[in-house]
Formats: sequence, C-alpha cells, structure tokens
Amino acid sequence: MKRSFSFNFDFLRWVRQAAIVSGIAILLSIGLIATRGLNFGLDFTGGFLIEVGYEQPADLDVLRGALAGGGFEDAQVQHFGSATEVLVRLAPPEEEGAADISSDVLTALERAGGDPTMKRVEFVGPQIGDELRDQGGLAVIYALAGILVYVWLRFEWKFAAGSIFALVHDVCIVVGACALFQIDFDLSVLAAVLAVVGYSLNDTIVVFDRIRENFRRRGAGGTTEVMNLSINQTLTRTIITSGTTLLALISLFLFGGEVLRGFSFALIVGVLVGTYSSIYVASGSALLLGLQREDLLPVEKEGVDVDTTP
Amino acid sequence: MNQYPLWKNALVLLVVLTAAVLALPNLFGKSPAVMVSPESGNASPALLAESIRVVQSAGVDSVRGKLVSGRAQLRFDNLDDQRLARSALDDALGNAVVIAPNLVSSAPDWLKLAEPMYLGLDLRGGVHFLMQVDMDAAIDKAYATLEQDMRVLLRDEGVRYRSVGRGAASVSVVLRDAANRDSVLTDLRRQYPETTVTVDEADPAAFGITFTEFALEEARTAALEKNISTLRNRVNQLGVAEPVIQRQGADRIVVQLPGVQDTTQAKEVLGATATLEYRLVYGDAADWFAAEETGRIPASAKLFRQRDTGEPILLNRRVIVSGDEIKDASSGIDSQTGSPAVFVNLNGTGANRMQRVTADNVGEPMAVVYKESRYERLVADDGSVTHEPRVDEEVINVATIRDVLSHRFQTTGLGSEEARHLSLLIRAGSLSAPVYIVEERTVGPSLGEDNIRRGFTACVVGLLLVMGFMLWYYRFFGLLANLALIVNIVMVVAVLSVIQATLTLPGIAGVVLTVGMAVDANVLIFERIREELRNGSPVQQAIHAGYDRAVGTIADANITTLIAALVLFAFGTGAIQGFAVTLSIGIATSMFTAIVGTRALVNLRYGGRRVKALAI
Repeated sequence: MKRSFSFNFDFLRWVRQAAIVSGIAILLSIGLIATRGLNFGLDFTGGFLIEVGYEQPADLDVLRGALAGGGFEDAQVQHFGSATEVLVRLAPPEEEGAADISSDVLTALERAGGDPTMKRVEFVGPQIGDELRDQGGLAVIYALAGILVYVWLRFEWKFAAGSIFALVHDVCIVVGACALFQIDFDLSVLAAVLAVVGYSLNDTIVVFDRIRENFRRRGAGGTTEVMNLSINQTLTRTIITSGTTLLALISLFLFGGEVLRGFSFALIVGVLVGTYSSIYVASGSALLLGLQREDLLPVEKEGVDVDTTP
Repeated sequence: MNQYPLWKNALVLLVVLTAAVLALPNLFGKSPAVMVSPESGNASPALLAESIRVVQSAGVDSVRGKLVSGRAQLRFDNLDDQRLARSALDDALGNAVVIAPNLVSSAPDWLKLAEPMYLGLDLRGGVHFLMQVDMDAAIDKAYATLEQDMRVLLRDEGVRYRSVGRGAASVSVVLRDAANRDSVLTDLRRQYPETTVTVDEADPAAFGITFTEFALEEARTAALEKNISTLRNRVNQLGVAEPVIQRQGADRIVVQLPGVQDTTQAKEVLGATATLEYRLVYGDAADWFAAEETGRIPASAKLFRQRDTGEPILLNRRVIVSGDEIKDASSGIDSQTGSPAVFVNLNGTGANRMQRVTADNVGEPMAVVYKESRYERLVADDGSVTHEPRVDEEVINVATIRDVLSHRFQTTGLGSEEARHLSLLIRAGSLSAPVYIVEERTVGPSLGEDNIRRGFTACVVGLLLVMGFMLWYYRFFGLLANLALIVNIVMVVAVLSVIQATLTLPGIAGVVLTVGMAVDANVLIFERIREELRNGSPVQQAIHAGYDRAVGTIADANITTLIAALVLFAFGTGAIQGFAVTLSIGIATSMFTAIVGTRALVNLRYGGRRVKALAI
C-alpha cells in the first residue's frame, strides 16, 4: 500500500469562511464561560476534599446522611471514577481550625460502615486559592508574551500577530470546552492549557518556517499560492505528529486515572484545535494582515522595522 | 558521504550507555533502612553486629546490614519491618546511639552512580503542609522586647519616666522631665541604630520609637529562618525519612513528610509551641483565694491555675527561667517517685539566674508553669477570617527549693506522653513566631501505588501505540525512530535521577506527552527525505538534505514549547513544576536522540555505499 502522500488543497480559498467559523467558536466559548462558568477545582476555590475507597460499591445517600449527622450538611458527595471510590467536598470551614475537620469527616464516614480507606485529603485555604488564580492567569499571559517576542525576533511581526491570534483562539476554545463539559478546572488543567499553548505553536512554527523558505527559494508565485504550497508540503507531518500526540494522550485519558482526566481532556481538545488553527488562524491572519514576499527576504537591517513596501 | 567519524559514533554510544546506567537503579527502587551510629565518632563492626542481633531477636528476619560512611546501615524489605526494628533498637540501645530512618537504593553496588528518582508525595503517599508564619506576631514580639529594653535603658541612665507603653507598631515614652529628652535620644540613637525616633510636637517630654523598614525586614527573615530550623529539628525528632522543609515566598514554609499517614500527630508536633517556665510563688493560699475573689492582684504577681486541683495560685511576675533558656530536655522516670519526669538542662544565663534565685530562696516554694500557645481560627460576623493566638498556662508543679539548682534538674507533674512530647518540643527549640496551616495535601499509600500503576500503564500503552504507527508508516526508518524514542525515555529518567528532581503524577503525564511529541523531530526529517526523493535527489543527498534542512525547523518549534514549559515552572508549584520539568527535559533529550542518534544509525546502515532505494 502507498504510505507516502502529497497534497494539493487550496486551503486559503476558505480563509474567510474559516475566520467566520473561528470567530463563532470563540464567541461561543466566551459565552459558555460567561453563562455556565468554569467548574473551578479546589486549587482555586479553597476548601476540603476527601477521597475514600471502599471494598464494595458505596451508597452515597447513606454517606450523606452520616455526614449530615456529623454536622457536615453541606458536604458534596460523589462517586469518583468508580462506584467504590467516593469524593467528599466541603467549603472552607467556618470556625474550627483546619487541622481537625478532615479527621472529623473520616470519623463520620467510618461510622457509616463499609470500612473506608483514606485515599487523600486536600485542604486549600481561601487565600491560597485566590493567589493561585492570579498566578495562573499571569502565567498564561507571560507565556503568550514570551512566545510573541520570540516569533517576532525569529520571523516577522505579521507572523507573530498570526501565531498569537491562533494561541488566543486555542486557549479560548479549550477553556470553553472545559466550561461546556464542566471539567474540574484545577492546576493540572491550567498546566494543560499552557502545554496547548506550547504545542499549538509548534505546528504553527513549522508551517511558517516552510512559508519563509519557499518565499526565499522560489522566484514566482503570489503570497496565497506560496502559503498554500507550504501548508500542503507540511500537511503530512502535521497530521502524523498530531496523530501520535493524540495516541499518547488518548492512552493517558483512558489509563491515567481520574486525577489526570481533566488534564488529558484539555490537551486532546487543544491538539485538535491547535492543528486546525496553525493552518487557518495563524497563516490566515498573516495573509489577511497583508504578508508579502518582501517581509521575509533576508535584509541587512538594523532594528526590526522592515514593514515598508517599495 | 553520510558517515560519522568514529569519535562521533563513540560519543553517541557513550551518551546512551551512561544514560542507561544512570536510569537502571530506578528499576530496583528504594528500600527502608535504619541508620545506627554512636553519639560521636564512627560505628564499629561490633555495633553493627549488635544492632543486627537486636533486630533479629525482635523477629525481623529480613534485615541486611553493612557499614556505610561511618554508620551502621540496616536494610529491610518493608516499612513494617523497619518500624519494628526501630522500636527494638530504641529499647535496647536508645540512650547510647543515634537511630535514624532512611531510604536507600536497592540497586547493586556497581550501579550506585545515581540514586533512583525522588518520588513525589502523590506517588508514594505522605503529607504536604504549607504553613503561614504569623509575621505580625513576630514584629509584635520585637516591639515587646524593645519596650523592655527601653525601661532598662531609662533605669540605667537614671532618667525618671511617666510611662513606657506600646502602640500598634511603636513604643511610646513619656519622660517626667523634658530636659532629659535630648540626652536620652542621643543614647538611644547610639545603642539602637535600627530604630527611628519621632518627637512629639505637642509634648517635649514625649517621643515614639519605631523600627526602620530594614530592621523589620531583618526581624521577619530571622523569624522565618528560626522557624524553618525549629521545624526541621522537630521533623527529625519525628523520625521521617527524606523530609522536605523549604521556605516558600516571604512568609511561608513548605513541609513534606513522605510516608506519614497520621496527620493529626504531625500537625500537633509541627504547630505546637509548648514550653516551661519557672517562677517563685507569691504569698500563701489565703492570698491566692483572696486575689481570685476580689480580682485585686498585687502588682508584682500574676494569677495562675493549678493543673491537678484547679485552684488559683499567685506567682511572681518575674520569670526565673523561660523556655528559651532551656538548652536540652529528655523525658524519663523520676527514680524516687517513679512518676514521669522531664530532665531539663539550662544554658549559661539561665543556669546563672537559677543558681542566684534558688540560693536566695532556699525553703521557699517554686512553681513550674506549662505554657502552650495555639491558634484559633475565628470568623467575624462579616465573614472575615482571623487567626488569634491563645495561650494556655497552667501550674503543673509546686515544690519547695531544697538546695541550689543550676544547670540540670528535673520537673515532674506531667503524664508520660506529655513529658515525651514536651521534651521533644524543647529539644527542637521554640517557634519564634506562630505558624498555621494554609494548605494540606495528604495522599494515602494505596493511592500512591495506584497513581504509579496508572501512570506507568498510560506511558507503556502510549509508547506502544506510537511505536506501532511509526513502524507501519516509516518501515526501517520507523524502527530507528522507535529506538530513539526508547533511548529518549531512558535519558529523561537518567536526567531526573541525576538532578534528583521530584517525579509526580503530572510529571509522568509530561513524559507521556513527550512520547507523543518526541517523534515529531523524526517525522520532520523523514518527510523531508521523502520530499527530496520525490524531487529526484540521489539517495545519499536526500538523506543529507533531509537532516540538514529539518534541524532549523525542529529547533524553532521546540524552543516555543520550552518557553511555555519554563513559564509553567516559574509559576507553578509542586506537582505542576514536575510536569514542566519532565516536559523540558523530554524536549531537550528528544532533540538529541532524534537528530544525532538516528543520524548515527542511518549513517551506519546507508552511509558511504551505493544505495538504490531507502526503506522509508
């Protein structure tokens, strides 16, 4: 069978339609985040989380009753991954010291029978939660800024603008997907979002690299043609790399356990969206910003200002 | 063409072999151990033999012992054996030797180049605390000391004052006579250069003293460092292997205790501030009850409660010796009464004062006060949360001074558990400022094992899927890429072992992600080679051009991912940093294996000969 492919799609013919689709997707995501909201995890909200394991499937109603009897009426109780795992969440405590609450909850659960084993206890103070939220937001912004500067230095400002559009687009859609499926948004999901930023850019850079090379090597052809050619030339590689990364991520999603589920979900969405965006959003924006051959020819220059067309 | 010189092939081989040797110890893991050493000097073979005998007679047969760098090292198969052995050794040799738990690599000696990776708490179970140091209390303490010093300074100068008091963050002094003010200020500036004096415009006899910002910063840093060393001492007393105690930010401390499940005990020991105070008794029982009923307490006395009777007692305001002057303490049994006792050892200044006071007061009663300050979390009506320090003080023992005491003496009146706990706290030193827990993460041992298993499964399945695909798509070249991928994982493990970075569950996820992304470099190269072949290049030239042209692209594409990973490392904490670390290492090593490693193999297979077609 033939395993070597070469493509010749006229991708950029659809650049305006793609822009509309992306725009709608971004608006939808923002709308979702605004209306449904993100299901912030313990890392950002503060509070208690206690995970216990049972030999037999646990009856949540019995446990709720036991916890209410122990004075924890507002405890959220849910299964976690399987019927034998139970997760109890509590808002940050009102008056007691944090030290004793977790043991009180465990005692209340033990009274309900079924011989639970403590899997993990997490307590995050409200103040820590606020700090983490600020830091997380800052981290995303710094990552974008660092990348913007790097692409600007290595390529050209229209490319930098294009890649940042693509990244913002990817981040919006990934976070939107988390809102849609009410993924528990904790630190590991934030890490996944940042990894998406790195990954999606990887694709974008490969396409940009080829565009630059083709502009420099080929005499003929307009901007759109060269871009189309470059995207087609790198398409196999884009598909394969996204494919292998997805294989690894799907394995992580299936076997990595409940703790990494949100993380792998965000990355899977990110890889899919990132692959599309490196073709349409990044290259498309550069095209719409009026990129042309002269922008990329090696110039003996001082400073960065080469945005002049003769 | 396409031939590496011998040195380059040898270098690749050397890197791969080194990585393999460094990574291998991880297959053996670590086993629990107990280190035994004499109070001073090196452990003798006799001590080793004796320790083994003690452990075996306690019914632990899995013990293996040897002398390692001056200490006797006893290794066990599991934690239960280690626990049994520790208590047996404690009972048999406890007073003469130092016994410390440890984890040691189980790899054979010839593989001991690197320790196995350090596993994070989410992979081996344990407890993680983030503790907030109450800096306001530390500053408050500094001002309290300054206030005392001011009184002393004025007394030494012979200057009479109306009042020396303390505001929120200042000490205010009102002299009787404004004429003395300037001379006092001159002395003050000379002796306390770390303070700023503000003169009261309205009242020439009054002035306020505050610490400079620099001095406050120093006080905060000192409080934090003292607390870190105290916590470290306490953790060492608890006997936890491989603990982590680190400063985080300006006023927080991270404490990680692997393998500890009983968080209640850990919290008590870490947060407790129990200490002893010795004071002379004031008046007699009639005075005490009168003072309680009328509420009128003599100026030089303070009202306390007795632990066993609950009755009031008046003690002298002046402390003879406080907890800070106790150098060392151990718990045991009082030989005369058989009740639990704490044997106290004072430092120089404490001993001098104790000697002077007891010599002057033979026949008078002296009391021992047990002080414990804890933190209460209070929520106001508006929902704001404050932590208020609460001090519990009770008199545990009143005894008549029979003879002069100096450096060493004993105190009774405590339960045996209490005596042990108290001597531990005294030995470890006191916290210079109170701490409270703002974050806690405890992972049970079973979850740790689950996490390792899940991470490992995800890694292996991901690896097999990716490798299967590469083999199908690129045939012989796919095989090369797969070899590079395996070497890449070995190298990541090797680097993690060498830098003793902490492997966490997100860290494993980073490795899995790397597996997916690492083949990217090879895909770029191979696609280039195919393209060159399609364009009609000869085979050797296609290989050369393919590698040459792809390198720039690979570097560019990877640097951006590296930027994201570095930002993650800078902002993240704990587990997330683990993810960033493994991702960064994976990116770096994958560039080596994909570019240099596969090139060496391609050259060996095709270089310098006539090749009709490539299996690509």
